[in-house]
Amino acid sequence: MVENNRLLVIFSHTILILSVIVLAFPIYVVFVASTLTLPEVLQTPMTLLPGRQLIDNYVTALTEGAGASSTAVWRLLLNTLIMALGISLGKIAISIISAYAIVFFRFPLRMFFFWLIFVTLMLPVEVRIVPTFEIAAALNLLNSYPGLILPLIASATATFFFRQFFMTIPDELIEAARVDGAGPIRFFFDMVLPLSKTNIAALFVILFIFGWNQFLWPLLITTDPAFDTIIIALNRLLRAVDDQVDWPLVMATTMMAMIVPILVVVLMQKWFVKGLIEHEK
Amino acid sequence: MAEVIIQDATKSYGNTQVIHGLNCTIDHGEFAVIVGPSGCGKSTLLRMIAGLERVTGGTISIGGEVMNEREPKDRNIAMVFQNYALYPHMTVRANMSYGLRIAKLPKPEIERRVQEAARILQLADFLDRRPGQLSGGQRQRVAMGRAIVRDPAVFLFDEPLSNLDAKLRVQMRIEIRRLHNSLDTTSVYVTHDQVEAMTLADRLIVMNGGNAEQIGTPLEVYEHPATTFVAGFIGSPPMNFVTGQVGNGGTSVTLHDGLQVAVSDDTLAAMAGQTVTLGVRPEHLQLAASPEGAMPMTVDLVEALGADILAYGQVGQEQVIARLPHDAAVKIGDRIHLSFAASQVHLFDATSGARLSP
Repeated sequence: MVENNRLLVIFSHTILILSVIVLAFPIYVVFVASTLTLPEVLQTPMTLLPGRQLIDNYVTALTEGAGASSTAVWRLLLNTLIMALGISLGKIAISIISAYAIVFFRFPLRMFFFWLIFVTLMLPVEVRIVPTFEIAAALNLLNSYPGLILPLIASATATFFFRQFFMTIPDELIEAARVDGAGPIRFFFDMVLPLSKTNIAALFVILFIFGWNQFLWPLLITTDPAFDTIIIALNRLLRAVDDQVDWPLVMATTMMAMIVPILVVVLMQKWFVKGLIEHEK
Repeated sequence: MAEVIIQDATKSYGNTQVIHGLNCTIDHGEFAVIVGPSGCGKSTLLRMIAGLERVTGGTISIGGEVMNEREPKDRNIAMVFQNYALYPHMTVRANMSYGLRIAKLPKPEIERRVQEAARILQLADFLDRRPGQLSGGQRQRVAMGRAIVRDPAVFLFDEPLSNLDAKLRVQMRIEIRRLHNSLDTTSVYVTHDQVEAMTLADRLIVMNGGNAEQIGTPLEVYEHPATTFVAGFIGSPPMNFVTGQVGNGGTSVTLHDGLQVAVSDDTLAAMAGQTVTLGVRPEHLQLAASPEGAMPMTVDLVEALGADILAYGQVGQEQVIARLPHDAAVKIGDRIHLSFAASQVHLFDATSGARLSP
């Protein structure tokens, strides 16, 4: 801190605490609602003290789902986990290899390919979603895990991120490895991969949350509720027209949809920060 | 036996030639130092020997075999890089053994070689540390250890000491030379530091602008520099150059202020009237007993080094430096007279810079 002013400390803490309350209050309401019975939720005003249905509601949501025709939440979580892991690991694998090729090899049209990848950054998903759907349909990928994952794997951002890091690897290191007899494949696994591990971790956190929160693409590619991700399922639950929405179960599902990304961030926070701010000396 | 023979080696990047047909033989067990200013192509030449740069023309052979098309790992060489180039995520042990593990040597043999190198370089206590936890000098040792364990025929050093502080540099210089003496290998060492070059070398290769200007022992190069470039580059402070005309009979050179300098050089007889460059090292200048026939100079700067003092001044258009005994009473503004023995004069062609004296 620049100045150790008591008023400034109080002022800044007030702002921070207020922001936390504003951000956290809706989540708290969701939590409280997930512990009540349906009649209790429907009372106005709704109580702000947790009820006694916590375990019942969560077990019901996990095993049976929230609503007449809905999928059990464990299945939704599994689907989402598979998709998020598939997207994040797939993106990392593809982009680290493309960046490796672009940075360390001289081949014809190298810069052309680099720009080609780079240009895709300018096209948002929505622009190319119809042709992508066409291709996925033609390849029989509708209602399948590969269909959920593969079209989202290509990543210009991640490729660019790895390229920037690879360019900081000194030439002498590459040459030393060459003198030691390491070919391109060995160099990749023995040097590039271990040196990139903090970057990979940081990218994984970002991409996992990106994958977890996917909405538009899973909505298009899956029609079978067995392949619903938790975000899609939540949307479906809220649109139950002829039925009373079972709010406590929906809120329990919401809580569970949030808990996994939060765990990933909390558990990988140290790596995440490290990967974004420093490189191993 | 691993002599390094470079024949008509050229290197071009596109249309730009940076090494222009270089010839050199480095005998087995010799410590060769390639020295020159930055951009002279010395590192490129070393990297050509290592196989990190392709040879455009000519051949490079090691131990009698032409190496042009061989990968660095198949040339029986080891290289020590300027910035150490240690693998940052590996321990010292893993750094040193990496090449051997790739070559799939048996584990006990790898361990034996690593232990041996660690003992020679006093690294035994650091084998499980990462390079980031070591000091500059220790990292330098690890880089050398990585070269030693390969048990190569030729060691290549690319300015390995330039990142160390002055004291450590002198210490490591001695260690490198000791190491070379004890290992019976050929070494090729690149540096821009002429003191390093003089002290380490059995054979000195002075490079300038992609050419080897002179190849010889350090003393040969010091005593008989082949060109004004070599004369100015080797020796510190550099040799003084003054232009003058060869007098009739070729027994004297007349400087522009009319001063006649006697030279003991019979090759000059045919050159009467021509312009030549006359070179004298600062350490060969002394205060003249009488102004008669001596070179007058007004001192404009004095540097006291302790053991001796350096007096700077102008003679005609050229700056002249004289290394005088520490007790010489010379102050800024003094007009002094300098004399030198005729045998200490080096004569060079004024236009080409080539040596005229034998």
